[in-house]
Amino acid sequence: MSPNKVQIEERTREIVAPWKNRQGGTIPVLQEVQKELGYLPEDALMVISRELKIPASELYGVATFYAQFHLKPRGRHIIRVCRGTACHVRGSLLIQEKIKNILQVEDNGTTEDLRFTLEPVACLGACGLAPVMMVDGETHGRLTPDKVMTIVESYE
Amino acid sequence: MSRTNSESFERIPLYSDLPFYRKQKRIALRNCGLINPDHIDEYIYREGYFALASALKSMAPEEVLAEVKTSGLRGRGGGGFPTGLKWEFCRKSPGNKKYVICNADEGDPGAFMDRSILEGDPHALIEGMILGAYAMGADEGYIYCRAEYPLAITRLGLAIAQCEEYGLLGDRIMDTDFSFNLHIKEGAGAFVCGEETALMASIEGERGMPRPRPPFPANKGLWGKPSNINNVETWANVPNIIRNGGSWYASIGTEKSKGTKVFALTGKINRTGLVEVPMGTTIREIVFEMGDGIIDGRGFKAVQIGGPSGGCLTEEHLDLPVDYESLTAAGAIMGSGGLVVMDEDTCMVDIARFFLEFTQRESCGKCVPCREGTKQMLLTLEKITSGKGAMKDLDTLEKLAVMVKEMSLCGLGQTAPNPVLTTLRYFRNEYEAHIRDKKCPAKACSALISFVIDKEKCRKCGLCAKNCPVSCIAGDRNTPYVVDQDRCIKCGTCIEVCPFQAVSKE
Ligand SMILES: Cc1cc2nc3c(=O)[nH]c(=O)nc-3n(C[C@H](O)[C@H](O)[C@H](O)COP(=O)(O)O)c2cc1C
Ligand code: FES
Repeated sequence: MSPNKVQIEERTREIVAPWKNRQGGTIPVLQEVQKELGYLPEDALMVISRELKIPASELYGVATFYAQFHLKPRGRHIIRVCRGTACHVRGSLLIQEKIKNILQVEDNGTTEDLRFTLEPVACLGACGLAPVMMVDGETHGRLTPDKVMTIVESYE
Repeated sequence: MSRTNSESFERIPLYSDLPFYRKQKRIALRNCGLINPDHIDEYIYREGYFALASALKSMAPEEVLAEVKTSGLRGRGGGGFPTGLKWEFCRKSPGNKKYVICNADEGDPGAFMDRSILEGDPHALIEGMILGAYAMGADEGYIYCRAEYPLAITRLGLAIAQCEEYGLLGDRIMDTDFSFNLHIKEGAGAFVCGEETALMASIEGERGMPRPRPPFPANKGLWGKPSNINNVETWANVPNIIRNGGSWYASIGTEKSKGTKVFALTGKINRTGLVEVPMGTTIREIVFEMGDGIIDGRGFKAVQIGGPSGGCLTEEHLDLPVDYESLTAAGAIMGSGGLVVMDEDTCMVDIARFFLEFTQRESCGKCVPCREGTKQMLLTLEKITSGKGAMKDLDTLEKLAVMVKEMSLCGLGQTAPNPVLTTLRYFRNEYEAHIRDKKCPAKACSALISFVIDKEKCRKCGLCAKNCPVSCIAGDRNTPYVVDQDRCIKCGTCIEVCPFQAVSKE
């Protein structure tokens, strides 16, 4: 069950508490809230804005500037497919196309059953294993379009 | 371990015998892979924190700074600015609150040297930072690490906790008057945050947009205080310099580029991985000796150095000794040390387009030349790779490139045109082939190629039709299969699944 407005606000208030009257809290708080809730609901942003005394517009500016933050719910599993140079040279475009095909989603899209979200990223730092993708915390390297199918299917 | 007899012993090669390691000289990476990064004792066993102990006991801060100056160490994060000089600016800057920062944002796609130090030897950079803080009179530090490296963040956290327990961080370090506290900041996924002023804005909790310099961080940095920022690899070199002396470090490398540099060797190459070599090693040694040449015996075409800010070098540069000056003269840059090898199947126009797509997406949008200029350059490149280019587009590209380079606010825009300029310089014929002949010589640009099934070779097994994602291949047991070119999305699946190599790109 996804949390309701009251629960979201309560939890957010707890996360913000240690950062009140301290510098540099915005990003760590957004990170923490997203870690808990999976994304940044509007209700949470409004609480952060009030508690940290930052205009909501400014907070929205920060949240949309960084690729890491999401304002919409995401899938249970996050597939990060690398589109860095080393992976590009070794055919990552085909891998990306294959995943889009299997899941029937666009880049940064989420499947209707909320099972997967597909995120192209700049580099996963495993360039020696190119082409690479990461599902949740797990890295899969030396991919071929064939292997992708098996890997994707192994996540419920 | 089971019994070892001399025979099985002989089968274990020494590092120094392996072609990958033979010419390497590991200073920044000296402990990576050898110690357990979770145990501070293993680092100490390898003479870790010896440099700090001797500095705090017997060296004045000025003396530490002098050693770093003597070493000739230059920033490993891209610019190659002399580290000692930068430290001196910060030291001399008035104020009693100062910060040292470690740039662990490693944004260059295709580079992972900082990651291996962060994950494999976190204490090396922590010791470097404590030494730097002592030399510059800072009492607080930040490590800004990209969120894509969760293991690095965990290990750094552990390492800092161990240091606090051992009295190497915190108040009155090793019972001296020197105190220093260190924090980790997790990045949030923006390439431009690797730029030093943007990084500081990000630590302060704002959008990571660069600020005009001056004022330089040494005068007005984090929260307006004098600050010094160095890259992970730069910091990791420092304990070695203090332990062995600045002149020892200066004895390695070339006249103007001292010491070693770590390169991330990737792409179409047999042995990928990190190599740390003395400055002045040639690209040929790195690519063909350490990397064992191109995969599948294909021909070498180019090597891309320095990531999105760098350039592509060709066969004629293979014997170039790698240092800051020679790379810049050739139109590339040292950058962070990403080295992506490309073969005949890599299209250089596509590579230029690829990098522009990256920098255009990552442009923060604050200054117009970068925001709009990179966009126009990208559109022009897309026009060319899709076969709709005209010869005058090349002039437009060149003009835009110079404009963006000269007028952008920060290093992102100032260097973004480099991949375009170097490919135009060294691979102009490929651009012309796309425009004049509507052909992609490397057969990589999908708009300019078609997939064709050879009637003679086709055994009518139907695997291609079965696997085609858009079902555009028709045929049956009696008729050879044919690709419907109008509907083909050029994914290449048919080539891959055909057991008889009957499909080819034209
Ligand atoms: C767009 C841009 C991205 C950068 N990314 C990084 C990076 O990921 N890591 C890094 O160490 N330096 C990066 N830099 C360079 C830093 O601005 C800065 O020069 C460097 O951290 C200084 O450290 P050094 O003197 O030890 O090299 C980047 C610069 C620009 C303009
Ligand atoms: S380029 Fe793909 S992991 Fe680095």
